[in-house]
Amino acid sequence: MKWHIDAKQPIYLQLIRQIERAILSGEYAPGEKLPPVRELAADASVNPNTMQRALGQLEQVGLVHAKRTLGRFVTEDAALIASLKQKMARGMIEDFLRRMQEMGITADEAAKLIRSYAEEEGTKGKEHNHE
Amino acid sequence: MSEILKADQLTKRYGGLFALDHVDLSLERGRIVGLLGPNGSGKTTLLKIAAGLLSPSEGELTIDGEMPGKSTKRVVAYLPDRPVCSKSMRVRDLVKKLDDFFDDFDRDQALQLLSEMDIDLDKRFKELSKGTIDKVQIVLTMSRKAALYLLDEPIGGVDPAARELIIKTIINNYNPEATVVIATHLIADVEPVLDDVVFLKQGHIVLHQDVDGLRAEREKSVDEIFREVFSC
Repeated sequence: MKWHIDAKQPIYLQLIRQIERAILSGEYAPGEKLPPVRELAADASVNPNTMQRALGQLEQVGLVHAKRTLGRFVTEDAALIASLKQKMARGMIEDFLRRMQEMGITADEAAKLIRSYAEEEGTKGKEHNHE
Repeated sequence: MSEILKADQLTKRYGGLFALDHVDLSLERGRIVGLLGPNGSGKTTLLKIAAGLLSPSEGELTIDGEMPGKSTKRVVAYLPDRPVCSKSMRVRDLVKKLDDFFDDFDRDQALQLLSEMDIDLDKRFKELSKGTIDKVQIVLTMSRKAALYLLDEPIGGVDPAARELIIKTIINNYNPEATVVIATHLIADVEPVLDDVVFLKQGHIVLHQDVDGLRAEREKSVDEIFREVFSC
């Protein structure tokens, strides 16, 4: 997977967010075996202890689990993945609405903007399909 | 004893000049530590004392409770800031020499990594570029299963692509219970792999902290903090 590490923020938090996103988006499928810590660390060019710490946190929320001697696996709990996905989406919406509010746009107006934007994009997509 | 390296009032004087001035330092096992400071701050002196190549003027330094010497050299893998091997030596000869000398040297691993990097074992060191020599040195140093690695400017002379390769070689090959000390002034390149940083300034330790704690506290990269600490 692609990693984006910003040296200004704690790296383990960035790793947690990025692995979580890869799991929620399905890039790492439910039940899939994760690469070993050291390989993930080398891939992201980060410290193996930091990667270990991030995976430990993901274990605590249940997104990954370790099977003794076999390695770490993505959860097969579809309900958990769905609910975390909802939670992440809610977080993004809250963030978005806060910024809209700062510009003087109400939640209702923002929702309308999104709907018309989605429709525009939808028709663009269809036109594209006809080509 | 959980610490692998301990310095107690460690001092090294050259005439009236203090290279290290009453330094107290304790490094735990299983950490990757950045020893950061500008040129002349005492980094190389500290590593040379730990490697058993220099003796302190005052105070002491111990490796796993022992003074540097014959027995600590067996568990310490030291990469000097400039190559020490003879220029007429072939890469193959140096591999053999290390294999004969160190019980913890993993010859198969060294040969595999050298071949992955397309390094010709029959070349003499005088025929290799500075970047290639640096790669050979890091591969051979990391192919020991040491308890403490002391790397003096491991990425100093190489281009950014080779830096990444060297950093990946360090991550992939050190023994997880071992401690790796990386002395460098190229902080941006190494900071994502560090657990802790030690800032050395004119022979004094001015900061010793875990890097994620430091980032959370100051919301800045280690590189930026370094520039603040060392700006004149």
